[in-house]
Amino acid sequence: MNRIIPIAFHTFKEAVRDKVLYNLIIFALLMFGCAILFSSISVGIEEIIVIDLGLSSISVFGLIMAIFIGIGLVSKEIERRTIFHILSKPVRRFEFIIGKYLGLVFTLFVNTIIMTVGFYIALFYQTRRLDAGDLAPLATIYFILLQLAIVVALAIFFSCISTPIMTAVFTFCVFVIGHLLSEMRWLGEATHSAVVKKVTAVLYYLLPNLSDFDFITRTAHGEKISGALILSDSLYALLYVTVLISASILIFEEREFR
Amino acid sequence: MLAIETTNLTKDYPVGFWRKRPKRVLEGLSIQVEKGEVFGLLGPNGAGKSTTLKILLHLVFPSSGTARILGKELHDVSAHERIGFLPENPYFYDNLTAEEFLNYAGALFSLPAAERRSRTGRLLEQVGLTGSRNLQVRKFSKGMVQRLGIAQALINDPELVFLDEPMSGLDPLGRREVRDLILGLKEQGKTVFFSTHILSDAEMLCDRVAILNLGRMQGCGELKEMLAMGIASTEIVIESPRQELLDELKSYGGDSVRTGDRVRVEIPKESDVPAVLGRILQAGARIVSVNPVKISLEDYFLAQVAKDSRESGGKESRAQLTGGR
Amino acid sequence: MSYNTPSISHGFSSRRICWALLIVGFAFLYAVQRQVDDELGVYAKISDVLYIPAGTNLRRLSLGNEGLLADIYWTRVVQYFGRSHMENAGGRFDLLAPLLRITTDLDPQLIIAYRFGGVFLMEPPPIGAGQPEAALQLIRRGIVANPDYWRLWEDLGFVYYWDLKDYKTAAKIFKVGSERPGADFWMKSLAGTVAAKGGDIQTSRLLWSEIYRHADTDAIRRTAEVHLTLLDALEQMKRLDSLLALYRIKEGHQAQSFYDLYASGFLRGLPRDPTGVPYVIGPDGQAQLGQGSNLKILLAQ
Repeated sequence: MNRIIPIAFHTFKEAVRDKVLYNLIIFALLMFGCAILFSSISVGIEEIIVIDLGLSSISVFGLIMAIFIGIGLVSKEIERRTIFHILSKPVRRFEFIIGKYLGLVFTLFVNTIIMTVGFYIALFYQTRRLDAGDLAPLATIYFILLQLAIVVALAIFFSCISTPIMTAVFTFCVFVIGHLLSEMRWLGEATHSAVVKKVTAVLYYLLPNLSDFDFITRTAHGEKISGALILSDSLYALLYVTVLISASILIFEEREFR
Repeated sequence: MLAIETTNLTKDYPVGFWRKRPKRVLEGLSIQVEKGEVFGLLGPNGAGKSTTLKILLHLVFPSSGTARILGKELHDVSAHERIGFLPENPYFYDNLTAEEFLNYAGALFSLPAAERRSRTGRLLEQVGLTGSRNLQVRKFSKGMVQRLGIAQALINDPELVFLDEPMSGLDPLGRREVRDLILGLKEQGKTVFFSTHILSDAEMLCDRVAILNLGRMQGCGELKEMLAMGIASTEIVIESPRQELLDELKSYGGDSVRTGDRVRVEIPKESDVPAVLGRILQAGARIVSVNPVKISLEDYFLAQVAKDSRESGGKESRAQLTGGR
Repeated sequence: MSYNTPSISHGFSSRRICWALLIVGFAFLYAVQRQVDDELGVYAKISDVLYIPAGTNLRRLSLGNEGLLADIYWTRVVQYFGRSHMENAGGRFDLLAPLLRITTDLDPQLIIAYRFGGVFLMEPPPIGAGQPEAALQLIRRGIVANPDYWRLWEDLGFVYYWDLKDYKTAAKIFKVGSERPGADFWMKSLAGTVAAKGGDIQTSRLLWSEIYRHADTDAIRRTAEVHLTLLDALEQMKRLDSLLALYRIKEGHQAQSFYDLYASGFLRGLPRDPTGVPYVIGPDGQAQLGQGSNLKILLAQ
């Protein structure tokens, strides 16, 4: 059990020094500058747009990072066989998976904090004030993090069964589908086919329902997220991640490395 | 207790997209490695050497048969506490420095921090990477990566060290260093199990070898024994012989090669040698030297492979000899 | 993939735990998702109600960033509007309604889009698109998406009042709007006045002043200003008409020009409209805007 910590720690170290990461963060911070610029040409919605663009940047760049780092640090590692020297040490297979996951999530967490700071700087620059109401976006950012935690777990899961490129493709596809699940279910309910209704209902509960975590637009309009929802969504994310990691471990235990 | 013991180890890989037919890459391998010896696993590319190593390290699971490492079953990960492994063409983490990487390796053995520090320092010095300790692995040359690999294989002061093609990609100086290192490990009483397709290395280092080809073991034992399979031929160097003599000697088989005014004649059958010597003396030619030519491991090996190809129809083993990865 | 792997025996405990976590996890996920659905019901997705193809597809594609896209579209609206305005008085506003529709599909709570559309879809060229029906449609959707925002009722009623001159409907709408939470008190009396008197300058002035005071964009503010100016001119002209009538009674004949009124002491100076152009007397004997007055364009509604 105690191998998990060194694996997580060194995964974090390796990720944090990745050039791709730096470029993405700089790009994200640039986005905040753009938000301010954008708001000056956008009439009547100056504050709304800083929040919209700022939070959307955190979300989009977080997603790109989650997929890229996830692939680089798990899928590529399996493909390039660097895990040979890890698995030849007294490391159990589940320790590898859990350690990698924790390292990746922590990396994303740190990056999100950096971007949150940039976001608030941009917000303060725009509105020249910071009051209690401006803390609302923090809950939204927390939800973005929960989403990313699920995406990283997806990346690890797919890493165990396919190549780096396919892992990226599958993870991204599930991400997109995850946002359309409510629509799909609504459409399914509207059709007359019982089969379609059943199928969409099953998929709705089976696949990760990422739209549960979309609050950017509402936050921009000043809505707050209720405590009950924060609790429910956190539980959902925790459960889904647990399911994904368990499945990953099961697959990984059987995997051979030629 | 044996360091390594395998009994009838067999591995099939599924091949083909729809109807998965198994391809047998390893068949009935049974070897025993004593503690403290240097054991070599030889064979051409694709013989099953890497597969054997990976099975022993639990990276690949055997289809049938059993094995033990240091007395423990393969799936018992605690056995890994006392082994070290250098994979072939190792690839490590680009962004960590050499020191950080060894630290990581040590942490995976749950070594305390102070212990990790001191061992890291010692090992870096031993493999000659002290100057590069703060350099990111990304910037290492192939030789440096190999040496770092050896260092991480020894971080836990293992009893049993597995090396997969340890000389690959090294220049002659590097290879000598690795050879010295292996001998040094043997002096410390460690067991070394390494695979290679470079026979001269095996000749120099190994106490015993096993030869693999097409997944099957061709021979196993002390090199001395295998090499003393017999004297291949006898080489006689004659000075300025007359052509008639040479023509006569041809009847004994064997080639003759002329270099300047000396001719080297090879007589395959040992029993013919006295008669040949007699004829040469009779002809009045001067004998410069008489030397028995021992069969080298290479010859033995090629003979085995040729025998296999005769038995199995030829195509595969020839490809292995001439092709390679 | 498994080939008689002995690993089954060693991974025994961890495999069992993983399977247990998998099955139990999915079971609980089902329950939690239902809980989340309940809670999200509070923030019901309005777009399900307004099922209009184009914008909704775009909304689906935005994967949670629909607010940002709405902002981008809104910016396009503003730029498009500004550009059309500048391309001289014959500017075309064909795209205004579709752009506003997409913007509000993406973000049904972008109030400013409804209010802006309400004014400029209604106003005839060269000020706006001259599509009062489109304006009504837009504002109605805004009301459905934001039922508590009473000013949208004000905007809706205003279109009936100002452009369609349908005072009965306008009064009804103002009444409903006045009952929304937080509505200003004058809405109630406005409803009564419009029902009783129909359109008059006082009411119009009140409404345009409201629009001016609460304008979110400069464009709206300027338009309101112009309308208020015109209302001032209309009031002035009414007063001038009264003076002309008094002159007729006193002098027994029509005045030829306002100079006559000045000469006989009815006026202290030559009357000019708020833009500084002198009034003239039209062929019907009533006050009229002078030749060069910009307000003439507005009056031609």
